[in-house]
Amino acid sequence: MALLEIENLVVEFETASGPFRAVNGVSMKVHEGEVLAIVGESGSGKSVSMLAAMGLLPWTAKVTADKLTFNGRDLLSMSANERRKIIGKEIAMIFQEPVASLNPCFTVGFQIEEVLRMHLGLDRAARRKRAIELFEAVGIADPAERLGSYPHQMSGGQCQRVMIAIAIACNPKLLIADEPTTALDVTIQKQILDLLMKLQADYGMGLIMITHNMGVVAETADRVVVQYKGRKMEEADVLTLFENPKSNYTRALLAALPDNATGDRLPTISELFVDDQIEGAAR
Amino acid sequence: MSVILEARNIVRDYHVPGSFLKKAKTVHAVKGVSFSVEKGKTLAIVGESGCGKSTLGRILTLIDPATSGDLLIEGKKIDIAKGDLTPEMRRKVQIVFQNPYGSLNPRQKIGDILTEPLVINTKTPADERRDRAMTLLKKVGLEEKHYNRYPHMFSGGQRQRIAIARALMLNPKLLVLDEPVSALDLSVQAQVLNLLADLQDEFQLTYVFISHDLSVVRYIADEVMVMYFGEAVEYGSRDEVFADPKHSYTKTLFAATPRADVESIRARLAKKKAA
Repeated sequence: MALLEIENLVVEFETASGPFRAVNGVSMKVHEGEVLAIVGESGSGKSVSMLAAMGLLPWTAKVTADKLTFNGRDLLSMSANERRKIIGKEIAMIFQEPVASLNPCFTVGFQIEEVLRMHLGLDRAARRKRAIELFEAVGIADPAERLGSYPHQMSGGQCQRVMIAIAIACNPKLLIADEPTTALDVTIQKQILDLLMKLQADYGMGLIMITHNMGVVAETADRVVVQYKGRKMEEADVLTLFENPKSNYTRALLAALPDNATGDRLPTISELFVDDQIEGAAR
Repeated sequence: MSVILEARNIVRDYHVPGSFLKKAKTVHAVKGVSFSVEKGKTLAIVGESGCGKSTLGRILTLIDPATSGDLLIEGKKIDIAKGDLTPEMRRKVQIVFQNPYGSLNPRQKIGDILTEPLVINTKTPADERRDRAMTLLKKVGLEEKHYNRYPHMFSGGQRQRIAIARALMLNPKLLVLDEPVSALDLSVQAQVLNLLADLQDEFQLTYVFISHDLSVVRYIADEVMVMYFGEAVEYGSRDEVFADPKHSYTKTLFAATPRADVESIRARLAKKKAA
């Protein structure tokens, strides 16, 4: 059985000029122990579809889906109280900007212990012990000391490690990483990706990687969903996608990679891919 | 080929003043870097954050003075610490910053943003300034109607085009590009890189391209310099550096760059299956 099942998800935002469809009929499945990458440019609805699945969108968003289940339980009809018991415990998310998504007013130790208190109800001593274990697991040197640090006292890579520690604190079944390495240097990016892949294999989690970097996709994913303007363009396993992409959009995306450049100019997506029919269909 | 830019043993120290409880200290941001760039070529400076590449970019753009060392532009020695910087010299080097959301004044119209360098550095009359701004708008792929709009009305890629147009207003010889595409999407990145290549061909521009993305560097650079903790640990032509990296840091950097080719995916999947 699939861990997360999404069928025909539609997310609309009410704007001054009428409803805006950010996600338009996206379906996907994630199985246990699988790494799914969602690729797309900014505005392709990749983050919004995951936020919708977790119920983290503001009330102005209208979310509808034929099916939206986690582990066989319907997420749409669930009460907010019930959902809160799952979110952060069984489904966890790593957000894009580590420095911005940690609370600057509290120590990182407080922020990780908060999760342990809310979801697992551990006492003070057990929380501290588990927090130190988690910091060791994500490779933070001197964990007992670092629990007392504030986010601004740590580097971007360190903050991202703290975010990952918070996300895996309750041994989630599904981890959603929203552009986990976009703000980081290549060498740090490599460390964080290696860490995520190791944790994913150790805990057997399902992992969803949201990214716009085709290199990251190639290095991590088992299966890939390509999104464009709120629609799913293609779904394939990673090798098929790079070797033999079916949709024109994926082909254009791969051609625009500087790695694949052959001439002295890069092919651009607008040259290779005309999206008339999609524009028309959306209206 | 004539050498446009030459740097000899550039050093930049920052003095952090001490206080009641803290001792004063000196940060060596750039520790003696030398290189030269020929007309119409691109030098890429690669390194991680904090390695001094942006500091070096600021020195080359004549924003910050170097602590010691010589900077020669078109064979003429320039030392802004002595204050001998004429508007003519200033016009030769321009810069495009990393974040197009931060580098354009939100309260200025595009026309004012573009003409400001001319107002400050030249005595060009208003109608010529306007004509030049219009020409460059079209050159970077925008339209004349954009002249009276504000920066918030543009996307990230368009803003970076505006920043490039502004840098070209003074007809510079040398353009310092400080991570110009790292804030942009893949498709927009390709467009901006193509624009830079077109402009280089047309105006015989020389680029100093600061980046940490090796796939972009490999595509655009003629020469590559790798910096690590303020030192140039590797400097050579693109093919030399990419084919045979000598310093251990360069090797680490190459190993860390994600590869998007079919063979490496196959290798990874095989390794995963075996584990």
